[in-house]
Amino acid sequence: MSEPDPDAEVLLTMTGIVKTFPGVRALDGVDLEVRAGEVHCLLGQNGAGKSTLIKVLSGAHQPDGGVIEWRGRTATLGSPVAALNLGIATMYQELDLVDGISVAENIFLGHELATFGFPQRRRMRNEARALMRRLGHPEIPAGREVGLLSAAGQQLVSMARALVHNARLIIMDEPTAALAADEVDNLFRIVEELTAEGVAVVYISHRLEEIRRIGHRVTVLKDGRTVAAGLNAQQTTTNELVNLMSGRMVETVFPKRDVTTADETTEVLRVEGLTRGSEFADVSFTVNAGEIVGIAGLVGAGRSEVLETVFGARKADAGAVWVDGKRLRAGSVPAAVAAGVGLAPEERKSQGLLLDQSVANNVVLASLPEYSRAGFSERGKELRDSRTTLERLDLRPADPRRIVRTLSGGNQQKAVVARWLVRDCKVLLLDEPTRGVDVGARAELYRLIHELAAAGVAVVLVSSEVPEVLGLSDRVLVMREGRLLTEAPASELTEAAVLDMVMEGSEVMA
Amino acid sequence: MSDLSERSTVDPEPKPDPEAKAALESDPVQTGPAGGVRTPSGLRLDIRLAILIGVLIALCVVGYITAPDTFLSESNISTMLRLAAAIGVVSVGMTFVIISGGIDLSVGSMVALASVWMTTLATQSYGMFVMIVCALAVGLGAGMINGVLIAYGRVVPFIATLAMYASARGLAERLSERRTQVVTVQSYLEFFRGDLLGIPVLIWMLAVVYAIGWVVLNRTTFGRRTFAVGGNAEAARLAGINVKRHTAYVYALAGLCCGIAALMVVARTTSGASTNGQFYELDAIAAVVIGGTLLTGGRGTLIGTLIGVLIFTVVNSIFTQNNLETDIQNIAKGVIIIAAVLLQYSTTRTRKT
Repeated sequence: MSEPDPDAEVLLTMTGIVKTFPGVRALDGVDLEVRAGEVHCLLGQNGAGKSTLIKVLSGAHQPDGGVIEWRGRTATLGSPVAALNLGIATMYQELDLVDGISVAENIFLGHELATFGFPQRRRMRNEARALMRRLGHPEIPAGREVGLLSAAGQQLVSMARALVHNARLIIMDEPTAALAADEVDNLFRIVEELTAEGVAVVYISHRLEEIRRIGHRVTVLKDGRTVAAGLNAQQTTTNELVNLMSGRMVETVFPKRDVTTADETTEVLRVEGLTRGSEFADVSFTVNAGEIVGIAGLVGAGRSEVLETVFGARKADAGAVWVDGKRLRAGSVPAAVAAGVGLAPEERKSQGLLLDQSVANNVVLASLPEYSRAGFSERGKELRDSRTTLERLDLRPADPRRIVRTLSGGNQQKAVVARWLVRDCKVLLLDEPTRGVDVGARAELYRLIHELAAAGVAVVLVSSEVPEVLGLSDRVLVMREGRLLTEAPASELTEAAVLDMVMEGSEVMA
Repeated sequence: MSDLSERSTVDPEPKPDPEAKAALESDPVQTGPAGGVRTPSGLRLDIRLAILIGVLIALCVVGYITAPDTFLSESNISTMLRLAAAIGVVSVGMTFVIISGGIDLSVGSMVALASVWMTTLATQSYGMFVMIVCALAVGLGAGMINGVLIAYGRVVPFIATLAMYASARGLAERLSERRTQVVTVQSYLEFFRGDLLGIPVLIWMLAVVYAIGWVVLNRTTFGRRTFAVGGNAEAARLAGINVKRHTAYVYALAGLCCGIAALMVVARTTSGASTNGQFYELDAIAAVVIGGTLLTGGRGTLIGTLIGVLIFTVVNSIFTQNNLETDIQNIAKGVIIIAAVLLQYSTTRTRKT
């Protein structure tokens, strides 16, 4: 790997970047310096602020504070077009291509070469062909519809789109996530060619081995701040990187689970050999009454898919789920609900709630037959039971008539949990229960989850935040790329060890 | 989206968040007395309802001024309501469909098919009871086909009901050979064209259908599921509701309403014809939308729909009373649709800010 010139021009300097969203300080003083011709890796846990930083850099978000200098001059990245005009191009993780039009049209989308409004098709096709050749894939026809290409092919189109603007800085957000091994090699070859020409690459990946292979310098983000800048990508140890990403500066609010309420003798949930397409394979675990089992893993490791399959919202290809010794019908949510399983889904708003309806309507949604006589709703009973449950969950104000949209994130989450409590569920599946929830409400949710377990509910918890999983659970399952990697009591695991497993496999397990 | 736990202090006292508090203060419905929980957002719909009633009254005043002798006469009111009956019943089914997040373009054709089927010589030979059952069964059957195609065949509602729109009317033309089939069963005509307690039977039917529709929508699990499926189908599914089955039921219900409407049309015109129910889909959708039901689903009221239907009826009456051309009438209808919808948007917007 060629060393970049230490005296190379500093292309980009970001100093003290702050970006606040309602209720969240996503960036809280990020510094980043990128030189021409280097591969600069951004590292950080989920929620550390990488995505927000990219969006600021690509002009999609405007920072609330801080200074951005581009080639020595203060710059304002007011819009994606402004960023492109300066020479900053972005390849997003979610490909931003239009499926129904050709490769060439996608590459020039929004910047069509045209004379008097008439597109110069031939010129665009020729240039697109030249770009695909340069990217090592001359076999992809410029006229092919993008929707017909493989994921790797689409990735290349996305990259061609960055190149066509003669970008001096290309941001790549997890470019290898969708690629097979040989495609990754091709991508890296292209990245090396680009850097040799003096183009800088800001590279985001969860895979440390990739960072070792092509990275020059590393900047580590944590909780919206730069905790280390300009580390040598080759010489910094994995241990050191993981510690930087996980090291907590202040004591956390994650509760330690001192006393377990698990009842070892009563198995409530048994999952055996659950497999579903390319999402996950051969997942087996059990949960006892009163036990909290956490599933740790990166986004995309198959955690949410496992929960939804247990719940019947997705149909398993193989394997089975038992609740209280009875086998659930595969792919049937009503069967799971009837057996006493509840799910608080990952996307609270789009999957969990009727936002424009009252809390009571949301709470009884899974129990409409129980709250009716001969098909007629029993409003009185609904309101009474909802109110009791809201009080139990400390949802304030405990007014079952409030419209759910007006509640805070934490209270909305409680409303989803309340839906399963009114029907005395035995198994509660919680998918990212604290996402978008502020700190005070989090502490309450943690207390609530412990109380539910104490009441005998078997809880399965999925979270991207490793300390949350470790702090809440009795046992932890670690998932990576659709497989269960490890199962261990939470007390025997450390944050660094889990992070290392989910990111790299096992290198520094010892 | 990020764990910022370190930098914020933990507040042991869970504080009511300011946004929620503000909403509480600005919206009396949420703290109001028990009993008024029929609609998910009572207050807004009440304002809309007030606007709609205001528009209806204003139109009646216009009618009275332009035709002071006849407009508010008993016979004109009776005529207006009898004309409104069929489209009113169709609009009940349409309201359910639209609240569930769908659309039904085939209602007019289903009315035509049911009216033709119930008035063929063969059907009429069995008498009044069979005619009624036949109309209801044809409507229900066609609606079920819509529902199954949409729910289980995953055909988008627009396309599935567009196909029914074309084929049901085609079948009606074939059955009737495009001839008007006069009703010869006197008992049928006597009953449906008669009065009950001094009020025409058709108006009773309209009232009963709305009453039952209101109860089903607001007081039963069926209604709750309809709101849930239209409000957030995925959330309803993940709460264990059989979304597909419910969707199929809703379209079947719309078909059943068309069967009832066919009974009314046949009674009013004393015949069945493949040209019955033309443009009912447009009138029904317009009435539902004017009534404040969101085309995106999840929200709506039957009372609003009823007033929407009445508004159109009154406009029609004003024009016929004053011998104005139907082309002007259609222009007026278009203006009313847009005005009503814009007015409702403006009330929603002011509330949000």
